[in-house]
Amino acid sequence: MATFSTNEFKSGLKVMLDNDPCAIVENEFVKPGKGQAFNRVKIRNLKTGRVIERTFKSGDTLEGADIIDTAMQYLYNDGQFWHFMVPDTFEQHIADSNAVADAKKWLKEQDVCTITLWNGQPLFVTPPNFVTLRVSDTDPGLRGDTSGGGGKPATLETGAVVRVPLFIEVGELLKVDTRTGEYVSRVKE
Amino acid sequence: MNSNPSWKPAATLETLRLRARLLAAIREFFATRGVLEVDTPVLSHAASTDPQLHSFTTHYAGPDAPDGAPLFLHTSPEFPMKRLLAGGSGPIYQIGKVFRNGECGRWHNPEFTLLEWYRPGFDHHALMDEVEALVTGLLNNGPKPSASERVSYGALFLRHAGIDPHTASAADLRECARAHGVGKVPGLTLDERDAWLDLLLTHAVMPRMEPQRLYFVHDYPASQAALARIRPPSPGQPCALAERFELFINGIELANGFHELGDSAEQRRRFERDNARRQAQGLPTMPLDEHLLAALAHGMPPCAGVALGIDRLLMLASNATAIREIIAFPYARA
Repeated sequence: MATFSTNEFKSGLKVMLDNDPCAIVENEFVKPGKGQAFNRVKIRNLKTGRVIERTFKSGDTLEGADIIDTAMQYLYNDGQFWHFMVPDTFEQHIADSNAVADAKKWLKEQDVCTITLWNGQPLFVTPPNFVTLRVSDTDPGLRGDTSGGGGKPATLETGAVVRVPLFIEVGELLKVDTRTGEYVSRVKE
Repeated sequence: MNSNPSWKPAATLETLRLRARLLAAIREFFATRGVLEVDTPVLSHAASTDPQLHSFTTHYAGPDAPDGAPLFLHTSPEFPMKRLLAGGSGPIYQIGKVFRNGECGRWHNPEFTLLEWYRPGFDHHALMDEVEALVTGLLNNGPKPSASERVSYGALFLRHAGIDPHTASAADLRECARAHGVGKVPGLTLDERDAWLDLLLTHAVMPRMEPQRLYFVHDYPASQAALARIRPPSPGQPCALAERFELFINGIELANGFHELGDSAEQRRRFERDNARRQAQGLPTMPLDEHLLAALAHGMPPCAGVALGIDRLLMLASNATAIREIIAFPYARA
């Protein structure tokens, strides 16, 4: 894998730090006029999601991390692992609960997700920005209430709970933004 | 969609007008005080030897140099201005572009505008008074800086990092950095005591300085004297100190000044030591400025001098968060 000097650090660059794959978030050049130049770098650990700050002497290097994003179709959950498939090649990948993490509540079979692979292994799963899911449980709807105010919780078929308008009923299909966890609209079947 | 395509100025017209007003006010300040504006070469046969400064190099070929000659873009106009002082110029100032390779970021652009001035008969304390008068006058339209503070480098470190920067060992400094959450810097060894001081200054001390206050930090470690006089130890002052000061405000290093070294032999020793360090670090050695050394040998009046970053001053005056916002065409658009 290539190495990258502090001069190449920029937001999004994937590097290895303390044996973990990380992404550069922010890179600030700090130098007293007559003194040593440093790069103060914010780095996200891609395994834990935690952002830490590290300082490097300017010109130092880090090894690149073998990270690629691949679009894959979600197949099924076997009770322990989540199975995905690259649509073109039918190549299958297995993600554990660490990799799936919060994405699991949005995963619906056949939806296409982004799987981030580190050295060929799923590191984390990003669900589609918008998913269409059926309401499995919510309080009875109030007829005629089409106002945007208020709202109530609704449980979706994948287990996710989102806040929906009062008129939504069990069995309806909803469009939800997975980035914010917010209801977007009803979907006609 | 990009609303600001790269051919356009990065700075607003309002900021550019403010820059022009600042420059006019600086010229007026020095005109009323009888300081002469001068203009010295940007390209020089010699260059700064400071291992932390990287000069751009170019090449001249033509009349007087049939075989070609390397030329360096100056990192500050210090050497020729000192030759003017030795030549009897009296107090002088200069506003111009300087060039430093490898420096680009929130506070840095590889070429930037520097104001540099020299005051025969001043020491660094008298010059701090004048810097304060200039800067408070220039920043009087924006958020007003609160009262200034004069504090020694040693006292400032004791206050904000809890360590004596003059007596602590490199291992002590590393321990202190660790306590401030920055002990782990790959590649920074205990041979580099001054770099640990720089790390503590930028990561522990500067962030704890009060906002809006002008800090004149003086009496630096002798190892960071650069071109300042070194005051030998004396009763009440256990170690040698450099008669150097820096001005900080809102976490920005705005100016660097010296009670200037006038001793030609000592200057040559420092140049040679710098070049030895460069060699040890695998950096190119720089040709010494023999004109400067000859001028010092001839005699430069005792003086203090200071360099002040105009772009950073403009950042402060316009509340900018990055230098690229206040330069018409910063590095990426140059």
